[in-house]
Amino acid sequence: MIAAIGGFVVPHIEYTAILPELILLGVAIIVMTVASLSSRPFPAGLWAGVTAAAGAASLGAAWYMSNQVNSRGPHTTIAGAIAVDGYSEFFLVVLSIAVILGALVADNFLRREGLDGPEFYVLAMVSAAGAMFMSVANDLIVVFLGLETLSIALYVLAGYNARRRESHEAALKYFVLGSFSSAIFLYGVALTYGATGSTNLARIGAFLAGNVLVSNGVLLGGLALLIVGLGFKVAAVPFHSWSPDVYQGSPTPVTGYMAAAAKAAGFAGLLRVLFSAFGLMRADWQPIITVLAAVTLVVGAVLAVVQTDIKRLLAYSSINHAGFVLVGLAAASAAGLSGSLFYLLVYTFMVIGSFGVVTLVGRTGDARHRLDDYRGLARERPIVAAVFALLLLAQAGVPFTTGFLGKFYVIAAAVDARSYPLAILAILSAVVGAFYYLRVVLLMYSDPLPAAGRAEGVALPPGTALVLVLASLFTVAFGLVPGPIVDFAHRATLLF
Amino acid sequence: MIPVSTASGGFPFPILPAIVIAPAIAAVLLFFLPRGRPGLAKAVGIGASLVTLGLALAMAVRFETGQPGYQFVVSHSWIPAFGVSWKLGVDGISVFLVAVTAVLFPVAIAGPRTGEDPKGYMAWMLLLEAACLGSFLSLDLFLFFLFFELTLPPMYMLIGKWGFENRSYAAVKFFIYTFAGSALMLIAMLALVFIDARSTGVVTFDLIANTTAQHVSSGIGAVLFLGFAAAFAVKIPVFPFHTWLPDAQVEAPTGGSMVLAGVLFNLGTYGLVRFCIELFPRASVDLAPLMLTLGAVGIVYGFLVAVVQTDLKRMIAYTLVADLGVVVVGLFGLTTQGISGGVYQMVNHGVSMAAMFLLIGMVVDRLGTRQLTAMGGLQARTPILAAVFIVVTLSIVGVPGLNGFVGEFVMLLGTFLTHRWWAVAAAVGMVLSALVFLWAYQQVFHGRPTAHAAGVAVADLGWRELAAVAPLVFLIVLLGVYPRPFFERINPSATRVVAHVGQVTGQYPPAVAEGARP
Repeated sequence: MIAAIGGFVVPHIEYTAILPELILLGVAIIVMTVASLSSRPFPAGLWAGVTAAAGAASLGAAWYMSNQVNSRGPHTTIAGAIAVDGYSEFFLVVLSIAVILGALVADNFLRREGLDGPEFYVLAMVSAAGAMFMSVANDLIVVFLGLETLSIALYVLAGYNARRRESHEAALKYFVLGSFSSAIFLYGVALTYGATGSTNLARIGAFLAGNVLVSNGVLLGGLALLIVGLGFKVAAVPFHSWSPDVYQGSPTPVTGYMAAAAKAAGFAGLLRVLFSAFGLMRADWQPIITVLAAVTLVVGAVLAVVQTDIKRLLAYSSINHAGFVLVGLAAASAAGLSGSLFYLLVYTFMVIGSFGVVTLVGRTGDARHRLDDYRGLARERPIVAAVFALLLLAQAGVPFTTGFLGKFYVIAAAVDARSYPLAILAILSAVVGAFYYLRVVLLMYSDPLPAAGRAEGVALPPGTALVLVLASLFTVAFGLVPGPIVDFAHRATLLF
Repeated sequence: MIPVSTASGGFPFPILPAIVIAPAIAAVLLFFLPRGRPGLAKAVGIGASLVTLGLALAMAVRFETGQPGYQFVVSHSWIPAFGVSWKLGVDGISVFLVAVTAVLFPVAIAGPRTGEDPKGYMAWMLLLEAACLGSFLSLDLFLFFLFFELTLPPMYMLIGKWGFENRSYAAVKFFIYTFAGSALMLIAMLALVFIDARSTGVVTFDLIANTTAQHVSSGIGAVLFLGFAAAFAVKIPVFPFHTWLPDAQVEAPTGGSMVLAGVLFNLGTYGLVRFCIELFPRASVDLAPLMLTLGAVGIVYGFLVAVVQTDLKRMIAYTLVADLGVVVVGLFGLTTQGISGGVYQMVNHGVSMAAMFLLIGMVVDRLGTRQLTAMGGLQARTPILAAVFIVVTLSIVGVPGLNGFVGEFVMLLGTFLTHRWWAVAAAVGMVLSALVFLWAYQQVFHGRPTAHAAGVAVADLGWRELAAVAPLVFLIVLLGVYPRPFFERINPSATRVVAHVGQVTGQYPPAVAEGARP
């Protein structure tokens, strides 16, 4: 190995394969440079617009690549480190959407809180690029690089509101626990390399197909540590303890973006590693994932019931959603995989839209997040309340929304795989979930409290309004006509 | 094979989707109406429900008699990846349930006084109507489940926002109970579809395909039957899954109570026929004693608990448990008479109970209390209300000449042929029914007004109230004196169901049932 460094050969780089990442990183660097060169203030909303445009461009690139993959078939590139397949492109689309929606929600928030500036958007784009590298990675080292790029940017974003103590606390907590989990992941990579002689996912898979390990303790240890490291990112129980505090303390648009992007990226890494590298060890990881899924479903749903803060409630509910994605993974089938992907796509819209509403209701100071702050919202802001009700009901799994189809998809996969107990547990957790979502809905539609301390109304700026419209349109339209995104998720399961 | 007719019945557009979509579109429109126009919202709500009524009645009129299969069937592929299609159809079992649903909603929307925010109230009511009609018309398991679930959020909002004092608790209890029940149904449904798919190689949620497939072994079939039955038993509700009902029924606003009693419970009993019995004939035969026993226990239990209630609405709510137990006993006799009588009784029960809750709403509005001890002496002060109330009471009790008698008689006759002692138990329960309702009538209308009742000014029925209750009284009499056109349409389908059970199990129906057609 050492000798090879002397004769290092630069592999052929297919730039279109990593075009979305390059766009986001490039725009991030340009924004940072331009902003630091000029001392005059820039027009408000410029950076958000640029970020959204960069997100749209990367969305276009991902869509183009997705069509290429459909017509030409999947392959790997850059010395086998990057996979160009339906799966990669699916997550590139999801993450691009998260960037666009996240930037639009953040715009008004940052101006309202007096935090406007290019840094937020630079960090968001960099973290998205990291998340994208995780999704397209075909090598554990690339997964790790993406994971760190994503995480470090998110640590800073969590502490972005430097004036609030909670924001500091969130950032520090996220950083300490996050770096710990990164270290665990890296150790898992090392053990896997030791057992199989490669960090390339395809080669690990090939090695396991061609060899019978007499003693596979090291390999199992590596697998377990990889699951722990990525399980932390997706906030699967018992690696979830950071998430309620971080969700609560982070600036609300960051929370929404984090809930969508970090979860998607974490699952992108986890699903790819398990299917691509350890597909033959299904019998070993399937029970682990099943138990994780069961615990995640129950803890997320039950603890959400007792929350009195909307951000903590949504944090626990997002743990419950992670449990549903794990149900699809636990089925360990193509149907389960596409169910999980479908769930992540529709969840991105629901969660960013929901946190968009929470950002509005939080008002200046980003502090009004008690459930009681939602009392009577329907009277004051009927449209905002209606959108929030729709998004919450969709998360609860009400029919004719994408949320229902997501739950249905993964539960169907679980039933097809004959894991009936997990399917029943999942749907019962949805029953509990309905309880806390409906409580918020009913609060919004009940009479407002006496007008004490209602100085500031809930404003509806155009950027957030656009996000709410997009999120609710997506949720209802594809709830009625799910064909296109079902096909999209289905094509994404064609690994290279 | 189940015959399927795709003929449009002479309508220029597919009639069944129109019936489902009309109220749904109006509900969406209502959300966009300006808030300050309550009159307009009411007009849209009533208008849309009347349009739906017109469509449903036109459908029922064009419905061909003597046909056992589904008519007006429309089918479009919807989610091909899941084997789900948008397939609607109507047969003798569902046709009158659709019609009675379409009748009850305008009455429930226009009849009682609406509270605050009529716009939201109308929108949720119409959405609920669309969901109920969709459930009755779906010929695809997935689609049925969607509509069945879609009934929950509107009902939750109707109870939770427009209900009485303890509404939040009742609304949550209602939602959690029924959602948990249907959760089990979803799992059972998926298991059925995938088991059938292993034999046929095709994943499909089509009801007819799954009804004819019958690849489930009897043991698994029993488990799946129970999964489906759980959803319907909670919805109906069958003893001992009824505990949400008194709370929901008492706290719901009058319109919500009417719909709960008149339509939503029918969804449960309809589900028993369409899904439990048709999809799992073997399990239905094996588990019939269980269902019959639960039904019979519910009859006796419901009436006994009802007698001791002091809250008028709660008292009648418990009689629902009993009355619906009678229907369950009828259906699981698994004879043509039992099933057609059961279906007929669902229609009767919907009409009579909706009328009953409408009248109770009027009484409660007038006196400002639900407590029986604070009532009394209304007959002298509101003679027309008292007259209508006694007609409805007698119809529920089962006096010959009114609708209740016909349904109960045919139904218990059918069950008597195969499960004699359960039919006897049910008949004994019916006697208790008379006791409860006449007792309630006596306390509300007879005697001297109590101090509380005497203290409030009470007017007799106004024109609006009369107009609301008149169609229901008309139906009560019509169904009682001229049941033939109804049975002509119900019977062929009921016979088809029983023949299907007989064909699959090889032991039903017993020979004796053939000779005694109603």
